[in-house]
Amino acid sequence: MRPDDRKYLPSHEWIKVDGDIGIIGITDFAVEELSSGNDSDLVYCDLPEVDRVLETGETFGEIESVKAVADLNMPLGGEILEVNTAIEDHLEILATDPWERGWLVKVKLSAKTNDDLIDAAAYEALIAQEA
Amino acid sequence: MPFIQNTDADRDEMLAAIGVRSIEDLFEQIPADLRVKTPIDVPEGVSENELWAELNELASWNSTAEKGTFLGAGLYRHYIPTVVDALQGRQEFVTAYTPYQPEASQGTLTAFFEFQSMVADLTGMEVANASMYDGCSAVAEAVLMATSLVRKRKRVVLSAGLHPHTLRTVQTYLSCCDLEIVMAPLGADGRTQYDGLIDDSTCAVVVQQPNFLGVIEDQDAVAASAKEGGAISIASIYPIALGILKSPGESGFDIVVGDGQSLGVPMAMGGPSFGIFATLQKNVRKMPGRIVGQTVDNQDRRGFALTFQTREQHIRREKATSNICTNNALMALRGAIYMAAAGPEGLREVAEHSLAKAQYAEAELAKLEGFELPHAASGHFNEFVLRCPVPAKDVNRAIDAAGMIGGLALGDHVPGADERDLLLAFTELTTREQIDRLVKTLSSLSQTVTVG
Repeated sequence: MRPDDRKYLPSHEWIKVDGDIGIIGITDFAVEELSSGNDSDLVYCDLPEVDRVLETGETFGEIESVKAVADLNMPLGGEILEVNTAIEDHLEILATDPWERGWLVKVKLSAKTNDDLIDAAAYEALIAQEA
Repeated sequence: MPFIQNTDADRDEMLAAIGVRSIEDLFEQIPADLRVKTPIDVPEGVSENELWAELNELASWNSTAEKGTFLGAGLYRHYIPTVVDALQGRQEFVTAYTPYQPEASQGTLTAFFEFQSMVADLTGMEVANASMYDGCSAVAEAVLMATSLVRKRKRVVLSAGLHPHTLRTVQTYLSCCDLEIVMAPLGADGRTQYDGLIDDSTCAVVVQQPNFLGVIEDQDAVAASAKEGGAISIASIYPIALGILKSPGESGFDIVVGDGQSLGVPMAMGGPSFGIFATLQKNVRKMPGRIVGQTVDNQDRRGFALTFQTREQHIRREKATSNICTNNALMALRGAIYMAAAGPEGLREVAEHSLAKAQYAEAELAKLEGFELPHAASGHFNEFVLRCPVPAKDVNRAIDAAGMIGGLALGDHVPGADERDLLLAFTELTTREQIDRLVKTLSSLSQTVTVG
């Protein structure tokens, strides 16, 4: 079962909220969909600059693999506080630990709700249908 | 792959295979009133030698550049070594298809990797693409790239010294973008004046080097001003000039573009040509066009493949960096062969000869009564403006009567230009005799002008 301490978007981003700070990443399913089964399949991740202000649903970056590229969308809007630059040269971390070490950005939240956000159980059900 | 025509027997076999009686039956779907019933009224065919004779007769009416030309303005008559035609004309290059399948395209991919490397070297940049359509659209794409590198800034500053075709192309490309286009005017010295125009809403600053009037711009200052303002600096260059001019890369430009016609491509009434596009490695993901990369195959042998394709149309669609999904392969190949054949030393020689011819002409023309060189203090490469005592068009008629092609009468092409101004170009192919004849023709004009 995927972590239930966070919420998910149908577009495979997750957000873990702690007060008015949100930590955002992508799910293992997203990584798998982008890859052809190799750890080294993710080749590039374009993340925003610190201080950038984004709205709920806005594209904050993109993740690229050898075969595809996907937008990264904000589960909840806010100001970028921190960017996980450590993974930029080590994208294989996303293949092994997308939930903790593989976080992408930390946000000072200005939005608190998004009707598109679903819980872990709903997300699992969604991807079971997609598979 | 050679072309072999079908015989009547082939056609009958194909018709039988698809169950159709005759070729006419395939056009049944087209309404009868739209179909041609009588043969189109054109003359009878003539024999090959009659055709050649007729075409040669028509062609003889032309003034040809071989007899002497002083026309430049973006298209230059440089010598094209025989090796360019010989290699470019090889069937495997002429018919090579788009190299999306690297396993079947190593020849073309290797040639373009070399091309990119030479362009990067020539321009002093870190990475180049496999060519654009032409110089004009390359400038436009560079501006678009700047708007994506420096987001949220809407002002684009263009030098009025850009080729008129470049200015129109950029305006067309940007017409559906919400951008403010500002023209930086040329001063009396022929150089662009950017003072007060680059502000914190500026994303791109563009200069042409040498500019349309042949004047050498202060490229260090332009690059520095852009950088200070937080804008992307873009230089549009004349490749042969880089044989002796400082490269834009050395001056700190962010993007370098230009038209490659002077590198082994015939003038051919204006086309086709190819565009060059080079930038810094950190900007590579925003660079439009095809990029060839070096890699290894599954047996560790060196090979080449198109890379960074996730920027392109076929993967990113509306989010692609550009809608270009091709390059001007055959013309760029000519450029690669020319650059390889000439090398840095050869390019320098061509540039030095071109400059020397222009300097000789300038010195002789300066002696003529009534003619002026308005930008003499600014420095030029192989092209400069001559202000004549009579309209430039009349000067061109006199040059034509002397059996040569004149320069560009600026009044017809540049808004607000003086109708007496004539843009003259010189290359390694311009002879001393042709220049002497030009000077003699012009001196007879100044003698017919009465003082007043």
